[in-house]
Amino acid sequence: MSDLQGLYQELILDHSRTPHGYGLRGEIAAQSHQVNPTCGDEVTLQVHRAGDGSIEAIAWEGHGCAISQASASLLAELAEGLTVDDLEVRIAAFREAMRSRGKIEPDEELLGDVAALGGVSRYVARVKCAMLAWVAVEDALHKA
Amino acid sequence: MSTAPEADVIALSSGRPLTEEEVQGLRRDFPMLQAEVNGHPLAYLDSGATSQRPLAVLDAEREFATTLNAAVHRGAHTLAAEATEVFEDARATVARFVGADEGEIVWTSNATEALNLIAYSISNASLGRGGSAAERFRLREGDEIVTTEMEHHANLIPWQELAARTGATLKVIPLDDDGALRLDAADEIIGERTRILAVTHVSNVLGVINPVEQLVASAHAVGALVVLDACQSAPHLPLDVRALDVDFAVISGHKMLGPTGIGALYGRRELLEAMPPFLTGGSMITTVTTTEAAYLPPPQRFEAGTQRVSQAVALAAAIDYLSGVGLARIAAHEAELGRRLVDGLTAIDGVRVLGAAIALPRVGLASFDVEGIHSHDVGQFLDDLGIAVRVGHHCAQPLHRRLGVTSSTRASTYLYTTRAEVDAVIDGVSGAIDFFRRGA
Repeated sequence: MSDLQGLYQELILDHSRTPHGYGLRGEIAAQSHQVNPTCGDEVTLQVHRAGDGSIEAIAWEGHGCAISQASASLLAELAEGLTVDDLEVRIAAFREAMRSRGKIEPDEELLGDVAALGGVSRYVARVKCAMLAWVAVEDALHKA
Repeated sequence: MSTAPEADVIALSSGRPLTEEEVQGLRRDFPMLQAEVNGHPLAYLDSGATSQRPLAVLDAEREFATTLNAAVHRGAHTLAAEATEVFEDARATVARFVGADEGEIVWTSNATEALNLIAYSISNASLGRGGSAAERFRLREGDEIVTTEMEHHANLIPWQELAARTGATLKVIPLDDDGALRLDAADEIIGERTRILAVTHVSNVLGVINPVEQLVASAHAVGALVVLDACQSAPHLPLDVRALDVDFAVISGHKMLGPTGIGALYGRRELLEAMPPFLTGGSMITTVTTTEAAYLPPPQRFEAGTQRVSQAVALAAAIDYLSGVGLARIAAHEAELGRRLVDGLTAIDGVRVLGAAIALPRVGLASFDVEGIHSHDVGQFLDDLGIAVRVGHHCAQPLHRRLGVTSSTRASTYLYTTRAEVDAVIDGVSGAIDFFRRGA
């Protein structure tokens, strides 16, 4: 697999084409809007909580590159049913892998399909793309 | 879609295009162009963002630093005097290059600072600074500043801020669906209340050369001052600020083979003489007390603090290099490359070249949208082939919004760009489409 194919795995292209959790809901939820100033890409993301406080769903809308769209989709898939604490552990693990410049492979056991984004960390300019939705979910949780 | 008529391109650039041998010869002067990126020879198509530097420029900077380095316009020792001399010679080189007198060229860090210098000087005049001489620059509520929807943020935000500070109104000349300035609307917008018109000579996204003369005539007819953003024209076309009859123009050194950290402002002498300073401090004064200061005449009035001497000297070397090749020939070379780029990209199914339908001459630059593939992804694919292009909004969000896209991919050429490199971009975009549509 070439570096480029490692970056843009089929799983990532699939998620960018048919994203999970796409479409904001009318109901009130913790929400965050994030912009990547270098390219103007943006995401608006809502965290919907179940009665027990766990994550019922992440809903989001936005536009951007395949990496940013797939990352938001994979995040929405991962977060469903997690407690806030569990999600925060995964956000920290994802960020650590993304900032590692290719040194840390994402923990597949913890992050599931999100690990497919591991190739991004070697492309420093693209880490922001991958992090956009994750920064948004973190911000939404802090606001809640 | 029609592209620029051939006749316009030829009229614009009376020079002969550079031959392949000439381009190859020039390339040997640019160490950076010998680089390999991701296992491929670098194809550098991002000169619109920053150009590469020839050895002559690097040598000039090194020679200054190793034989003449001293602060200018202060100190009486031999080196200080010699450094001041080459610094002022560099100013004269810039002045000749744009068709101005040397007293009309102010050094700045970059074009952004040059535009802010104008805006803040006018702002200061509006606060009453500069006395009665600066009265002519004073903006009040009801006054209008006019810019365009096409501008780089550097020629938009300083005017937004100036309007906010002074109570003046900012008006924007809109674009048509192709991306061209709507001159019909400009005629309506530029009126008795217009005090400033700020417009770009060449769009950094579309590459089209705007019909500046017409806008200048409209602005001057109502007594407005014209500020020309020449960042994308000065490196690529013969530029004559007097022939264009603009009041101010700004250029950027690193886009014209020079180093970063240096730019210049051209201002008509009588205007600079009447304007209050922007940055204040050392080297721009005559007499200072603890309560007030009197200022030097221009250009020194606008050059507070230690100057970027080695960068100025290097920029002059860059201008000498460009002049040695000849701007008319560079313009002809780039007109040819620009046409090749636009035609080649337009022929690819799913590629939309922004502004391709505008019937104006263009420089060797094209920005494009690939249907269903984000510019970052296109750029990443090209980078894997060693091709450097710009992706994003190119500091022109309003223009992109008007054309219905958030971002685009931009390939921009220069005198050292080969036809093969242009073809590599075109083939690369086709490859990107295949790559990202796989499995879809």
